[in-house]
Amino acid sequence: MDLEHAWDLHPQVSVRPEPFGALLYHFGTRKLSFLKDRKLLSVVENLATSPSAHTACTAAGVGEAELPRYETALEALVRSSMLVERMK
Amino acid sequence: MTLLEGSPTLAPPTAPGRLVDLFEYGLDSPICLTWELTYACNLSCVHCLSSSGRRDPRELTTDECKAVIDELERMQVFYVNIGGGEPTVRPDFWELVDYATAHKVGVKFSTNGIKITPDVARRLASSDYVDVQISLDGATAEVNDHVRGPGSYATALRAMQNMADAGFKGFKISVVCTRQNIPQLDEFKALADRFDAQLRLTRLRPSGRGADVWDELHPTATQQRELYDWLVANGENVLTGDSFFHLSAFGAALPGLNLCGAGRVVCLIDPIGDVYACPFAIHEEFLAGNVRSIGGFQEVWRHSALFSRLRNPQSGGACTSCAFFDSCKGGCMAAKFFTGLPLDGPDPECVRGFGEEALASRDESDAVPRPEGDHSHRTERAPRRSGPVPLTLTVRRMDRPPVSACAEDPLADFSPVSAGAHASDCSC
Repeated sequence: MDLEHAWDLHPQVSVRPEPFGALLYHFGTRKLSFLKDRKLLSVVENLATSPSAHTACTAAGVGEAELPRYETALEALVRSSMLVERMK
Repeated sequence: MTLLEGSPTLAPPTAPGRLVDLFEYGLDSPICLTWELTYACNLSCVHCLSSSGRRDPRELTTDECKAVIDELERMQVFYVNIGGGEPTVRPDFWELVDYATAHKVGVKFSTNGIKITPDVARRLASSDYVDVQISLDGATAEVNDHVRGPGSYATALRAMQNMADAGFKGFKISVVCTRQNIPQLDEFKALADRFDAQLRLTRLRPSGRGADVWDELHPTATQQRELYDWLVANGENVLTGDSFFHLSAFGAALPGLNLCGAGRVVCLIDPIGDVYACPFAIHEEFLAGNVRSIGGFQEVWRHSALFSRLRNPQSGGACTSCAFFDSCKGGCMAAKFFTGLPLDGPDPECVRGFGEEALASRDESDAVPRPEGDHSHRTERAPRRSGPVPLTLTVRRMDRPPVSACAEDPLADFSPVSAGAHASDCSC
């Protein structure tokens, strides 16, 4: 995934915040995913209003050093179709 | 019996660990739940975990069901696994499915296929929010019908054909693994591929009528290994309902949560609104409350004494020193309970053999708990009448054992054809 691109949650994905992070359910693929921390949840929630995934991370307080870890997590969400690239 | 002893609710650890460790403390809402809409069923499967057959007159009404759906929407439960009984025989079944999906509660329902006509299949194919599981317990009519009843294989296959013809891709073929069908795993997979469906394999539990046939139906130790190897080789596209975590002791853990989710992340709502810790534990010991009580389902889920007790890390008991406890967690609570084993010891199907030892050393005086709520059909029984019971005296035939016909083993004379389909080599 390109962190400099804009991303969105798939329209068929529901998010349920939990103390440990969040549960994501995709009604199309009928798959469940877990976000393992609240910061990652903030990143995901920021995507819709951010011009890029990178800025969504920054807005959630993800430091540059942590960025690769969050990029890996977002990539996993792209692979399971939870996230889709926003068309310009 | 000392069920679910433990310290009062511990504070969950704040440091992020493995998710499964956090899940042991439970969630504010279930991840998903099983909802059995009716005990009525057109079949009488010998292993039915809810002893279904006859409708319970106290069944939740349409409005009560809708109120439960409203509550699930508020609690953000993403989907419900609807079963029974045969849920599609409820006259309001499609109304409830539509109501749930309109309220953002997805539906996966299990059916024997009786109502899946071409029209229904087309309607289902057009919805993104409904998934269908067709139950099949043999890849051939002979193996299937012996457990599920005459004609049930043909009914299921007709439903699958209708689903495939309607273009419903990825519906589930749901198989309870038994001694008789484990040699057919490859055939099941081929069947799923043929209908563009996904195979779902789950574990036989000694629950409901399953308690009566468990000894005959549950897989042998050798077959458990065969199943594990098959899942490792084919597991990516095969669902398991997370039901085989007790097999982890064979090697690597299978995909899934590997956790007993009972009362922590899943539960059961039965047709009369009773909430149990899991679908395999219909017994007073695992009854948390009823959705008809004040506060409804949410109150039961969040505050029942039973669920609070379950939301603690599993204590290992006799299993503590086992190297595999971390992934196996002592196996299935319901399987232990209904075979009369202590809940903090090994699963009756412990792959290291400790379960068999425990079964062998059960004290004869300890009564094995019986599943509760028998809704089985009574079609073979004469109606009760008042007054004296008429008796017909007969002469005992000395060439027959002194038992009545109904005491005969339900699997007597059953000799499934060995299909010769064996698991592929482990490729992990």
